[in-house]
Amino acid sequence: MNSNYSMGLPIAASTFAKDIDFGLKLIHVAMLVIFVLWGIFFAYLLVRYRRREGVAAQREDDHGLFSTSLIPDIVVLIFEIALISLYAIPVWSRIKIHSPKSQESNQVALVAEQFAWNVHYPGPDGKFGRRSPDLVHFSNPIGLDRDDPAAQDDVVGANELHLPLGKTTLIHLSSKDVIHSFFVPEFRLKQDAVPGLTIPVWVEPNRVGHYEITCAQLCGFAHSLMRGEVFVENPEEYQGWLKAQAAQAPEPAKAPSTW
Amino acid sequence: MVTHDAAHDQHAQAPSGWLRAYVFSVDHKVIGLQYLMTSMLFLLAGFGLMLLMRWQLAFPGQPIPIIGKLLSPSLAPNGVMTGEFYNALGAMHGTIMVFLGIVPLAVGAFGNYVLPLQIGAPDMAFPRLNMMSYWLYLPGGLLMLSSFILPGGAAQSGWTSYPPLSIINPGQTVWLLAMVIIITSSLLGAINFLVTTLNMRARGMSLWRMPVFVWAQLVTSVLLLLAFPPLEAAAVLQFMDRVAGTSFYIPSDLVVLGLRHRASGGGQPLLWQHLFWFLAHPEVYVLVLPPMGIVAEIMAANTRKPLHGYKTIVLGMISVGVMSFVVWAHHMFISGMSPILSNFFLVTTMIISVPSVAILTCLIYSLRGGSIRFTTPMLFALAFLPMFGIGGLTGLPLGLTATDIYLHDTYYVIGHFHYVVVTGSIIGLMAGVYHWFPKWFGRKMDDRLGRIHFWGTLLSMNGVFFPMFIMGMAGVSRRLWDPTAQAHNLTTQHLNVVSTASAYLLLLFQAPFIYNFFHSIFKGQKSEENPWQATTLEWACPSPPPHGNFEKPPCVYREPYDYSPRGCERDYIPQNVEAA
Repeated sequence: MNSNYSMGLPIAASTFAKDIDFGLKLIHVAMLVIFVLWGIFFAYLLVRYRRREGVAAQREDDHGLFSTSLIPDIVVLIFEIALISLYAIPVWSRIKIHSPKSQESNQVALVAEQFAWNVHYPGPDGKFGRRSPDLVHFSNPIGLDRDDPAAQDDVVGANELHLPLGKTTLIHLSSKDVIHSFFVPEFRLKQDAVPGLTIPVWVEPNRVGHYEITCAQLCGFAHSLMRGEVFVENPEEYQGWLKAQAAQAPEPAKAPSTW
Repeated sequence: MVTHDAAHDQHAQAPSGWLRAYVFSVDHKVIGLQYLMTSMLFLLAGFGLMLLMRWQLAFPGQPIPIIGKLLSPSLAPNGVMTGEFYNALGAMHGTIMVFLGIVPLAVGAFGNYVLPLQIGAPDMAFPRLNMMSYWLYLPGGLLMLSSFILPGGAAQSGWTSYPPLSIINPGQTVWLLAMVIIITSSLLGAINFLVTTLNMRARGMSLWRMPVFVWAQLVTSVLLLLAFPPLEAAAVLQFMDRVAGTSFYIPSDLVVLGLRHRASGGGQPLLWQHLFWFLAHPEVYVLVLPPMGIVAEIMAANTRKPLHGYKTIVLGMISVGVMSFVVWAHHMFISGMSPILSNFFLVTTMIISVPSVAILTCLIYSLRGGSIRFTTPMLFALAFLPMFGIGGLTGLPLGLTATDIYLHDTYYVIGHFHYVVVTGSIIGLMAGVYHWFPKWFGRKMDDRLGRIHFWGTLLSMNGVFFPMFIMGMAGVSRRLWDPTAQAHNLTTQHLNVVSTASAYLLLLFQAPFIYNFFHSIFKGQKSEENPWQATTLEWACPSPPPHGNFEKPPCVYREPYDYSPRGCERDYIPQNVEAA
């Protein structure tokens, strides 16, 4: 087993997971140090200044606004400025603000619904076929227009996301009904899927394996059952799987006109 | 509006008749006690809902003992709760605890009873408005509770009620109606507190002579006044989306369970989140500031010395209040809002911790040089400091955007805010109940039972909430009806059992409190006017205070916490005493 289990965190399986883990560990160590130091000081005060017969409280001089009590504040402020500028903003920008270009990355669309993750691969041509809410049907949950030439080699599945190892995958995240949240603990990746929006999310898996996708945003009575799986495979294996899937793509399914 | 002196004449006559004196009373003390009893009942009800949920979390799929048989089969067939019922319990637990429990207790009960006394006023500025706040709060709360038995059941979209889920789920309409009533009640209260504090102060009670508790209530009422109207408007819009076919929050092309949604669309689900959190973040400080004020009062009286940095504490509270309006979107880092915007809220969120740290530091420094009396209220007040500290510290990895990507919506969040509002706010409010009980009823609560209540509550609260941090780090999401449905949750499932057992223990340890409370009202040891030898004005009138509070309008000559003055035999000088 990988040695990157610590502080109860799951295995880390993406390129940015170690950055998030670094922050989590750093902050927790700092929190522990602050709490223990304060705790010792607090306990000392309680014992030292407990009520004793014949010992009156000693009134201190009024220090006004800028007393020694502001020292912890200054320390906290410096620590926080360092955290913001050296850690949070750089890591956040890399993960959430700068999305990789779609031409340069492997692409997949995730369409969330109550209570499943629909997965839409563009197929070998790298182009997503048109999707329309009018075509949604139980046999065509994402409403893919099979008449669209770009849709001919598209692969559609549910609750199984295949990703190539060591390659950046750009995920186009959307939802058909309510807000869901795409969460893979091993990737340290979470993003809400909002109906009406398509949100770009990226991940570069760096560990072959099979992980859980869960929904992290309350989405209805079966929210806890809304789960899927990610398979991180070697690129050759991934390409082979995709080709096999594209070959057995189903016949165009059209929504019956009755509903 | 009544001015200070006119009010004394107007209130000289106590109302005759049971209904006017005890039910539809305009006396701030009666209304305060009405709020006290009602909000504590709601706290117990909200706690009860959580106890049901905790059973399901610890033992998913197993029938709830005893109570399971009493529940309707549509909620819990064979005693096992359904996902719908679990979600309803969750939404109602949050709503009841925040809007019907803690806020009315902190503001309605303590604010109403103690604030006019502390500023030396005979009553609130608008006594009838005050009565109206309570009489909106009670029916609003009952309407909220009654939704469990109404067609459609209770709301099941979380206390945050994010659309479109809240638009398509049953039960939400009654939730929205009840919220509009409850918000209106809070708004009326806020205006009343604001005007009372600014206009009804006794002679000599300058702003810098007001006790910290009064400052806390003043800042709180400004927060309520500015933050609640957006939520009220937002709730009305959501109500329209549900009943009038509008689409404020509904985007185009929704397909729900295979069917096109009937709404025309074009709305924005994220709009609700902005409006909701614009209220709900200041709301956190509404929950926290009054207990902080209570803790400050109790610490001053029980250390027998003035608070360290009184002005720093007050200015800290004001800055927290101002800053609380520009941090709301840290709840929305991964909501799909522009990630560039997150940087702004990251910075403001870190800045707001500075005044909070200043307040806590001053409170801890206040112990230095003191002569600490470990009375029951003081134990609760002291426990507030490290416990609220844990709540504040664990906010750090959630407020930092990068680490929030992982921790958002996990049990870590639940642990964090429960440390803030349970081991923080509720512990602080408990301290206040023990502290002001002698003023309210003229009798003291039993000290031994109080200590049992304190230690049992403190330990079991930590047993409930601390495991949540470990579960959050393992990636366990919140709001899961069946945590064992997800493989990565199984490694920490035993902690759910620990948490649930502690929750039942917590219930058990409330028994001595409930007994102590009611027994002491009638049989407690009689208490004099000023049992804690405290300096603020509420201790300068009889216990319980008569109608109109003070026999003659008090006059204030000194700072609020003149304890252990040099060259004085007594170790305190009340605010209304002229010569040392």
